[in-house]
Parts: sequence; C-alpha cells; structure tokens
Amino acid sequence: MRWLLVKDLQILKRSPLLVALLVVYPVVIALMIGFALSSPPGKPTVAVYDAVPSGRGAVSIGNQKIDIAHYANQLFDSITPIRVSSRAAAIAKVQGGQAQAALIIPADIIDQINGLITQGVGSPTVELFLNSRDPLERQFAEQAISARASQVEQAVSKQVLRVAVTDLRQVLNGGTLQFLGQNVPILGLRNARAIVQGTIDTLPVNSALKPALKQVVNFADLAIGGFSFATPVLGSIGSPLTIRQVELAGRTTPTASYAAAIAVIVSLMFVGVLLAAGLLALERSENAYSRLVRGLITPGGLLSEKVLLAALGAAAVTLLMSAFVSLFVHLDWARFPLWVAALVLGGLAFAALGVAIGGLARDVSVASLMAFVLSLPIAFVALVPGDAVSGTLKSILDAVAFVFPFRAALQAAANAFSGAAPGIGWPLVHLAVLALVFGALARLAMRRFSAS
Amino acid sequence: MTTGTQTAQPGATVAVRALTKRFGSRTALDRVGFELRSGEVAAIIGPNGAGKTTLLSIIAGVLDPTEGEVARPSGTGRFGWVPQEPALYSKLSVAENLRLFARLERVSDPEQAVDAMLAQTGLTDRAGEEVGRLSGGNQQRVNIAIGLLSEPPALLLDEPSASLDPRQRERLWEFIAGLAERGTTILFSTHNVAEAERYASRVLVLGDGELLFTGTPAELERAVHTEDRTPGDFETAFVRFLHDRGH
Ligand SMILES: Nc1ncnc2c1ncn2[C@@H]1O[C@H](COP(=O)(O)OP(=O)(O)OP(=O)(O)O)[C@@H](O)[C@H]1O
Ligand SMILES: [Mg+2]
Repeated sequence: MRWLLVKDLQILKRSPLLVALLVVYPVVIALMIGFALSSPPGKPTVAVYDAVPSGRGAVSIGNQKIDIAHYANQLFDSITPIRVSSRAAAIAKVQGGQAQAALIIPADIIDQINGLITQGVGSPTVELFLNSRDPLERQFAEQAISARASQVEQAVSKQVLRVAVTDLRQVLNGGTLQFLGQNVPILGLRNARAIVQGTIDTLPVNSALKPALKQVVNFADLAIGGFSFATPVLGSIGSPLTIRQVELAGRTTPTASYAAAIAVIVSLMFVGVLLAAGLLALERSENAYSRLVRGLITPGGLLSEKVLLAALGAAAVTLLMSAFVSLFVHLDWARFPLWVAALVLGGLAFAALGVAIGGLARDVSVASLMAFVLSLPIAFVALVPGDAVSGTLKSILDAVAFVFPFRAALQAAANAFSGAAPGIGWPLVHLAVLALVFGALARLAMRRFSAS
Repeated sequence: MTTGTQTAQPGATVAVRALTKRFGSRTALDRVGFELRSGEVAAIIGPNGAGKTTLLSIIAGVLDPTEGEVARPSGTGRFGWVPQEPALYSKLSVAENLRLFARLERVSDPEQAVDAMLAQTGLTDRAGEEVGRLSGGNQQRVNIAIGLLSEPPALLLDEPSASLDPRQRERLWEFIAGLAERGTTILFSTHNVAEAERYASRVLVLGDGELLFTGTPAELERAVHTEDRTPGDFETAFVRFLHDRGH
C-alpha cells in the first residue's frame, strides 16, 4: 500500500491541472460561499444606549437651535441599532456577540455641547465599544459609526460657526436681535466707538475723562480689528464631539465562525470526494489497474489507500484554509486538536463517499462529474435551515442529511472552531460510521466491476 | 467458481477445467479445459473475439469465470501476466513503473530486477521517460518487462509480439525460450500463426469460445491434410481448419 501511495503522489505531482481542479477550485468555491454567508450584512449591528431624555435633544446657540436628535437619526440609517436601556446592557451585547459595537450617549451630552459652545468648557463625549476579536467586523462597525459621527460634528460646528459669525457681525456693526419675541436693537462696536469718539471731541482739552475714554476707543479699535480676523478663525473650532473608543474582547458572532465552518467543510467535501473518486477512477482508467487486482493488492487495500490519501489531502488543505480564515474570523486555536479530529474524520467520511462514487464510474471525467453532481445537493440539503421547511419534507431532508457526511462534519467543525452546540463527540462517531458504510459500499461497487 | 484453489495434477503447472465465461447472454468461453506441463510452451490461436483474452485473463486472475476452475500446484507463486493492452501508469517513467510492480510483486531485489529488465528490453537509456510519451511498441516492451519481473512459475502473454519490431520480437522469443528451458510454463496468444508454429510445442485453437483443437502444430496441419489432402503451409492449414468448422 505504501508503494501505491508513493505512486499516486508522483502521479498527482505530475498532473498539476488535475490537482488544480481537485484542490484549488473547491477551495475557491468554498471561500466564495463562505464570504457570501459571512460578509457583514449591509449595516453593522450596534447596541445603542441613548441616555438623553426625550425632548431634550436640541442645543440652543444664540437664537438658533441645533437638533442633535436629527443627526442621531441619520446615524441610525447606517447601522442596525438595537436599543437597550442601560450602558451595561449595551456592553453585554458586544461581549455576547449579538452586536458588533455599542454606542453610549450620556445624559448630559446636550449640556456639555451647550457648555462648550457658550463658555468654551466641557467635552461632549460619546462612548463607542468595539469588538476587537473580529478585526473585519470591528473595522466595518467603526467606519460606519465614525463616518456618521463626523457628519454630526461637522453639522454642529457649521451651525456654531454660522451663529457665532452672525452674532459677531451684530456686535461689530449693530442690528436687531430677537429675544423673547421682541426685537431688541443692538448698538454695535463700531457705533459705540463713534459715539465715544464724538464724546471725546466735545470734552475740554484737559478734561480728566479724556484719557479714560481714549482707552475705550483704543480698545474698540483693537476689538474691531481683532474680531474682523476672528470670524474665519472660528471655523477651526475643534471637534465639538469626542468619541471615546473602547475595545472589548467579546465573542465573535456565532454566524461568523459558523460560516467559516461551512466554507471549510464545503472544501473538505469537494477535495475529499473529488480526490478519492478521481484517484480510484484514474486507477481504473489506467490499464495498470488490471495488474493490481491479481492479488498484488486486495480491493480493500486499494480502497483504503485512496481513502487515506484523499482524506489526508483534504484535511491538510482545509487545515491550511482554517488557519487562513482565522485571520479574519475568530476561530479558537486552543481547540486545535479538535480541528484536526473534525477535519480528518470528516475527510475520511467524504473520501469514502468518493471511492463509492469512483467505484461506480469507469473514468476520471465521469467520476468527477458524478462527484460534483452529488456533492452540491448533499451540502445544500444539510444547510437548509430547520425552520425553512416543515413536516414530511423536513423529515426527508433530515434523513438525507443524516446518511451523508456533510451535516455531521459541519457540526464537528463548528464545535471545533468555537465550541458551538451540539458537542463534537457524536458528530465524530457519526463520521466514523459513515466512513465505514461508504467504504463497504465502495467495496460492493468494486466487486460488481471485477465480475464483469 | 473456484479459481486457483484446487491442486493440479503432478507435473502440471496449470490445469484449466470446464471454464465457462458469460458476459450477459454472450458466451465468451464454453467449457474450455486443458493442462500445461512445466516448461511447456503453448500458443492460443483463433480469430478475433474467439475468447483468447478472456481465457488468459481468467487464468491470470483478472476475471472470475462463470463456471469451472483454474487449478495450479499449491505453493507456487503468482503467474506472470502480459496483457494485450499495455497495462502501465502513463504518468510514471519506465523505471518507476518497473520499480512499482517489482515492489508490489515483492521481488527480492527490485533495483536489480528493474535494471535486468531494462537491459533485456533495450530501454535502459529511456528509463527516465514518461511511459505515456513512448511509442506504442516501446510501451509494449515495458508491458512485457513488467510481466517478466518476478520469475513466475508460469507466464501468460496476450499477443506479446503484436507491436514489436522484428529485432525485439527475436529478443522476446529468445528470452522466453530461455525461461521455458528453466521450467517456466509459457502460454501465449497470437495472430501470427507462423510464430505459434515456430515457438510453441502445443497449439490451442479457440473459435467462438470453444476449444476446437489441442496438439502440436504438425498434428494440426495433419488434421487438415488428412481431411482434404491439399499440401500447404501452417497458416493456410489453420485458416482451412477454421473454415471447415464454420468459423
Ligand atoms: N467485458 C466484456 N463485456 C462483454 N463482453 C465481452 C467483454 N470482454 C470480452 N467480451 C466478449 O467476449 C468475446 C471474447 O472476447 P476476447 O477479448 O476474449 O476475444 P479475443 O480472442 O481476445 O479477440 P482478439 O483477437 O480480438 O483479441 C468477444 O465476443 C467479446 O465481445
Ligand atoms: Mg484479445
């Protein structure tokens, strides 16, 4: 059997196209399926705790109001908010994996903004908790929120600026101000200066008031000059809103690691089934096969060799793939031995299915086609969500999913990657039994062939 | 259906008893029986589809018979087998093919056996070439070499010389004669009737799955001549023989 293994490896090494078909293609397909399932849905899910009492969402600046709530609603357009009733509840959502981020808006945010604008003190701050375990989703949530937050910032500072500039002009030039429904005239700095200057001119040359009033005029000159420059400088008012980010090591959303498990098992299935079916069919399409069956190797030995090679090949490919996927999705490396167990046993079951298919087909192309045609529905049947169908159809699908290795392999991998329920013991036993059953079926298929 | 479990008569290497092989409704072999002694060289001749390959495959253990049995002395090793179509791994080199089968046959010194066969078939300088890229005749050389690797008690060759050039054909028969002298039983099929006459001490004539004749080439010729008294060469006699029996 050892020499047969060496021979198959040599043949595979010299058939790059075949290997590409058998290995690269399934992995690409699986990654595509995986990404389709795991790519973040349009909007990140964000737990939002808004402590601001309702009806108090507006900031008054001068005689204008900025409705913060209006901007908050815009923010909610770009996320899927889960509203919670406390700060702790929001953080728990992130830690539990139900939300990718938590946004906490403190009760005093409006006062803080008011304080900053009117007195220059205060630092209005919202808190953003991000799940750092999942870099891809973390980045996604962070981008969605900070993009909106900076819109709020810009809107607020633009408003502040507009109000401030209007007010300044009135201070400089005078005008009318609406106050409590009344038009209140404002004198303005320039007019005030003119009045004071006029007063100075009418005073006697040695009046004691003259130096004091002269000082007022000098100040007014200075202020007028200064304020004229000040208007554009106001634009550089820093961000009125601070986002305080906190990284949380929460659990990855179960869907992410489950999708990873699906991608990995789809690969395992394709590589295992195709490689085993292809290798066995290749053996038989090569005339040399007739020499082997003359007692050089038993049919059982031949099948074991193909199953072993295909299973180990598939497990190796998918282990590499899992390691790669773990860069994006949190997979529990501490459970690595279970990864190996799930992928090797799953590989054995799929490879046994493969030799059963390869035993029926007489050449590689038919075997590959049959393997493809059978594999896809097996995967889909196992993936049909339990609540999508009902009654008899569900029982039938469950039965089909039970007699093929996909569902068991998926359960084993999902558990190995993230401890998902149900445990890993039964799926592994299930896979071992399926490997034996399909091995026996392949043996029968071979007998049928050698008898003809 | 029992194959190779029964013991052959003393002195016989292969005893074929009432072999019948049916593929669906077609009977490829019909109660064929004969015995071969050690060192005997026998040729199976007969038209296309007569059942030559089927018979050799059953004796080689590649096919199971529908009825009947193939008996051999207990304790003898596997028979050597050279199938009609080259049975090789096309992606492996000449030497890799030979080495693989030497190992699977559990030849005591695989490397030495491989070198000897490369020399015998004149393929030493093509040892590293992929078999799939060799010419048909050279593939047949490798095919034969694999059958000869393990010094078997009996050697079954299905049209071994069909695609060989005259020089290789000569070398093949020399080699086979040498094996027979050392006691190896040889059973080969051929459409080259002259070859059967020259190298075989016994001819088995198959027609439509039936064993029509077994005896020396001279006996076959005489059988025809006694019937119609026309002298001629062996090939004419053979064709005449088949014609007379409706084949
Ligand atoms: N696997 C098979 N399935 C069905 N029929 C078969 C099979 N193998 C052989 N036969 C039939 O059995 C008969 C004998 O075939 P076989 O190959 O033994 O003939 P042969 O004497 O070797 O012919 P040739 O000289 O052309 O090599 C033929 O009629 C053939 O069609
Ligand atoms: Mg033939």
